[in-house]
Amino acid sequence: MDYIYLAIVFPLLGLLVNGFFGRRMTRRAVGTIASLAILGSFAVSLVAFFDYLDAGEAARSIILLPWISLPPLEISYGFLVDGLSLVMALAVSLVSFLIHVYSTGYMADDDGYPRYFAYLNLFVAMMLTLVLADNLVLMFVGWEGVGLCSYLLIGFWYKRAAPSVAGLKAFVVNRIGDFAFLIGVFLVFWLYGTFRFTELRQSVETVALAGHLPITLIALFLFGGAIGKSAQFPLYVWLPDAMEGPTPVSALIHAATMVTAGVYMVSRMSFLYSMTEVAMLVVACVGAFTAIFAASIALVQNDIKRVLAYSTVSQLGYMFLAAGLGAYWIAIFHLFTHAFFKALLFLASGSVIHGVRGEMDMRKMGGLAKYMPHTYWHFLIGAMSISGIPLLAGFFSKDQILFAAFTSRPGIWPHAGMVLWVVGVVTALFTAFYMFRQIYLVFLTKPRFDTDEIHPHEAPASMIVPNWFLAVGSVFAGYIGLPALFAGILSLPNVFQPFVSGALAGAGHVAEAAHGAQELIKEVLTTSISVVVALVGLGLAFYLYQVRYGVTEKLKKAFAAPYRVLLNKYYVDEFYNATFVQPGRVMCEQLSRAVDLGIIDGIVNAVAFVIGALGQILRPIQTGFVRNYAWYIGGGAVLLVILLWLGLGAK
Amino acid sequence: MDVLVQMMANAPLLSIIIFLPLAGAIIITLMSPARTHTIKWFAFWVSVVTFGISLFLLAGGGSFEHFSHVEQYTWLPQIGVSYHIGVDGISLWLVLLTTLLLPVSILSSFSAITKREKEYYILLLLMGFALAGTFVALDLFLFFLFWEAVLIPMYLLIGIWGSGRRIYAATKFVLYTVVGSFFMLLAIIGLYVYADSLGHATFDFIWLRSHLAPPELQTWFFLAFFLAFAIKVPLFPFHTWLADAHTEAPTAGSVLLAALLLKMGGYGFIRFCLTLFPEASVSAAPWVMALAVISIIYGALVCAAQTDFKRLIALSSVAHMGFVMLGIFSFANTSIGQVGATIQMVNHGVTTGALFLLVGVVYERRHTREIAQYGGLAAVMPQYYNVFLITMLASVGLPALNGFVGEFLILLGAFRADWALGGLATFGVVLAAIYLLTMFRKVFHGECTNPENRKLLDLNARELGYLVPLVLLMLWIGLYPKPYLGAIKPAVDNTVKSVMRIATGSISYARSGEKAAAVLAQVQPAEPTGGDA
Amino acid sequence: MESIVTYSLVLSAVLFTMGVLAVLVRRNPLIMFMGIELMLNAANLAFIAFARHLDKLDGQVIALIFMAVAAAEVAIGLAIIVSIYRFRRDVDVDAVNSLRG
Repeated sequence: MDYIYLAIVFPLLGLLVNGFFGRRMTRRAVGTIASLAILGSFAVSLVAFFDYLDAGEAARSIILLPWISLPPLEISYGFLVDGLSLVMALAVSLVSFLIHVYSTGYMADDDGYPRYFAYLNLFVAMMLTLVLADNLVLMFVGWEGVGLCSYLLIGFWYKRAAPSVAGLKAFVVNRIGDFAFLIGVFLVFWLYGTFRFTELRQSVETVALAGHLPITLIALFLFGGAIGKSAQFPLYVWLPDAMEGPTPVSALIHAATMVTAGVYMVSRMSFLYSMTEVAMLVVACVGAFTAIFAASIALVQNDIKRVLAYSTVSQLGYMFLAAGLGAYWIAIFHLFTHAFFKALLFLASGSVIHGVRGEMDMRKMGGLAKYMPHTYWHFLIGAMSISGIPLLAGFFSKDQILFAAFTSRPGIWPHAGMVLWVVGVVTALFTAFYMFRQIYLVFLTKPRFDTDEIHPHEAPASMIVPNWFLAVGSVFAGYIGLPALFAGILSLPNVFQPFVSGALAGAGHVAEAAHGAQELIKEVLTTSISVVVALVGLGLAFYLYQVRYGVTEKLKKAFAAPYRVLLNKYYVDEFYNATFVQPGRVMCEQLSRAVDLGIIDGIVNAVAFVIGALGQILRPIQTGFVRNYAWYIGGGAVLLVILLWLGLGAK
Repeated sequence: MDVLVQMMANAPLLSIIIFLPLAGAIIITLMSPARTHTIKWFAFWVSVVTFGISLFLLAGGGSFEHFSHVEQYTWLPQIGVSYHIGVDGISLWLVLLTTLLLPVSILSSFSAITKREKEYYILLLLMGFALAGTFVALDLFLFFLFWEAVLIPMYLLIGIWGSGRRIYAATKFVLYTVVGSFFMLLAIIGLYVYADSLGHATFDFIWLRSHLAPPELQTWFFLAFFLAFAIKVPLFPFHTWLADAHTEAPTAGSVLLAALLLKMGGYGFIRFCLTLFPEASVSAAPWVMALAVISIIYGALVCAAQTDFKRLIALSSVAHMGFVMLGIFSFANTSIGQVGATIQMVNHGVTTGALFLLVGVVYERRHTREIAQYGGLAAVMPQYYNVFLITMLASVGLPALNGFVGEFLILLGAFRADWALGGLATFGVVLAAIYLLTMFRKVFHGECTNPENRKLLDLNARELGYLVPLVLLMLWIGLYPKPYLGAIKPAVDNTVKSVMRIATGSISYARSGEKAAAVLAQVQPAEPTGGDA
Repeated sequence: MESIVTYSLVLSAVLFTMGVLAVLVRRNPLIMFMGIELMLNAANLAFIAFARHLDKLDGQVIALIFMAVAAAEVAIGLAIIVSIYRFRRDVDVDAVNSLRG
């Protein structure tokens, strides 16, 4: 598996070729090279996957080159190949490839075509660096690298102000998270003397320091980075704005891959998180709160992509909820299924936007199903999967998260499990509702646009075909990690959990517990509740937007205040603006004008002025007349002689 | 080739590096001022040859742990001054940076400077002479001579070829630095007198470092050196000369100022303050670190309010050099911070030098430094956009580019020395992103509305010629810093080890493979076991 | 022998005073220059006298150096006067005050 670095090299080559020669090549060549580079990555990951199976699923750490080497500090270009990184690499490269293909259609008319694919290739390289890295610092390279690509791609249409501002916001907010992450990294090094995951894990597990403050601090600081990157409360604000980027970018970076990096990191560091219940509970609570918070905002948004953005934030919350409960493999499983259905939803929404000439307001859509049947099906499959309609991918993964919450009893707050479960169930209700609200508003209700002016059309094949692949994934991806209940019924064993568990700490205790009969009853119970909730959400959307179409306007008036709060996203952006951004700007200006130029430079200039003033006093002596100076000299000489003479006389 | 290497290995390389630009300058004085073309190219080739020769420092695979290429000749035996020069891992890259940036800044001036070219190129070569001398001098008298010699050409460069308030800026620059130098001169004389009292009247650094002054004396000497170096770095609150000098200087002047003159301060600290006054350095460390953190945060905040392109980049140096200072004074049982500071000096030279060059490119075309005058340049100048993007990201400290390597090591070391200050300094990376990206957005993004901007030409071959090497260097140091760190580490280790040995009486280096518990015992000596588990 | 030294010193003093007066009183720079030369040579005379008195060569050596310096000084001084004359068409020192502070 020493060749695993090739998975990163291929997209980098694509970047170089498209970056240097892209403008002199045909669009077809640019798109093909970029897509092939990613296909190469996928192939490498796939070969590594089979080699890994052949090798008896033994994790391997490959050190390619030293990077920063100052003994005892050793940071190298090292890659870790195990179940977790392989699952991530496969998912990332596969989804990336499909989105690259989709992009060749979606971006076909854009001026920045080569630039777009160069950035996209760089992104994949960085994302693979992130997931394959065998140490925290190299992971941080990928971590920041994907952030950079996100910045570049959000601001891809830099000529308009909004994308450019959104890109800036994303980068800065992410950096705030990275600030915490870096501190966590420093703590790790000074506590354990290494950055490598394998050595770190050994140290952590051999030297039992569970519950110690330093470990909790490390876990929390690292989680701070995850909050930024994975858009959790309170640093989620950049993600909805990131929708200003091209839609395939939203699908790839801001739904399927980059934003899940935080979840991946927590899972990768699970050996550390498992040592600290406080941090775990924080992770779970932040996740659960973000899940319901974002879902509630998504209920009333009108922008087709914003709904999906808040939905992503909410689903990431689910993943952290799972990770915080110790069910790391379920977090990764949900990450995996989510990559398919959320990418599908975004790409389908991209097809919609493409088909209605860039319109994104759902209030100006409606009835599009008959114009774009493929896209309708894509969107429907994605929505059903995310809503937890039984037997689709999202159903299995989300169901297991809820079950994990239902059965967990965190030591420091035993009732947390139940609380988190309730939050999760309500979020599931919200999810089903806003997804089907979207289906109705976009595809099924009467058209609310001028049919004479806009002639919606189906997307080209290059956009439809990748979506079908994703749709297949959204339906079947769940069957590799079935919960015990369904695994028994369908006699399909859960292969996902054992595959990734080697890399995770204490993984699977939730599912193992489910073998008991009592647990099985619990599982039937929670599963039934999940199904009911999903159907209720669906039904509610059906009732409000189909049966009694138009009633929502009355509801808006009846609940004006809460509606306005939700529509304005709880005024969080306004709050940040008023408390941090504006005062910060004023402070900087005051510092620059009053303190720097006023006080500090003022003192310097005052000193200079005083010396200058003294000079003014002595200035008249310098008359410029040579004879005056001669007189001074002569007089001085005489005076000196007299003084000497007096002095000698006194002696 | 081997013969050449062999020949060069035996040549007095450092003297050649120092005096070749001087010889070039003297030859130019003999040329007719009208032959500007010849003068330009002659100056350029002299500097290129100097750079080429300086590369032979690396040949032969010396370790640079101790001073190598040492040359010592008696100069003024009556007062114990000798021409004593040498290079080790700390100064090696600064010397190479000097010889690299000299041709770069000469090349960047070809079309920007249109008056009194002859004098201009003479002064640039003199800068190269004095800077190289400063970084290799091992005799305090010689060091001081070179240190002050740098001022003269820079004063004239700003004063004659500068813009706007150039006289004000140049005067301020010189007076400010001279005040610091004055105290340093006093301290150098003090050291001489002290050496004399031991019966060995000398300014020789090597001798002085093995005959340290008693701690009370060290404190005074340290303060005097501190003032001189802190002004040069510049450390808050001695930084106000910098913004004016950088802003008004011609492009090449800003480049040399930011890339090399500021390094004289950092280099002075690590070479002279740490080695000659270890006890004073260690006891001053918390204060200096605090000032460094203030510089980082304050510099970044002030940057965020700037509307002048060059002033913003100039002030960003306050923040960036704050990191260097933080690293130099983060004393713990490791030299990571100091190694990071040393590499960061090189990084800052390359990156900020490139940023000034880039500002110079558009300034030459538009003759304005107001950020608001630009906007939408990404569409008009795509090459320029790409180079600027990479340079800016290096300045922000993005991993895989050079800035990260230095900042990461510095913060790692600083965090070890003082977690609170290290943590605060880490916040500087957030602020750097804010002010640089905001500026970037204003200059490059948006619709290009100004008709004058729409006519802007992209980078030409000459501009690419001096920018691309710098960009490659950013990538090289960022991706594979091993050769750089490998040369720096032993020399810095020597310095830091001796500081720690003298100042604390013991030295405990963190060894590789140390068990977590052992380290934990150091970090958390009073942590009760059990906890809330 | 002593008397020769004494006479020389007296002569030196007289010459020096004349030189001082010439510099202080006259307004023509050429005359002032002559005054300066007088002072220098008065000093030279004193040096030589003392050299004779102390029976050492140092004084004579210094006198020789003085001559060289004086020659250089005159050359520069005259050059300045000439350029001032070219510039102003006038060499009255009381009219030249461009070095006023």
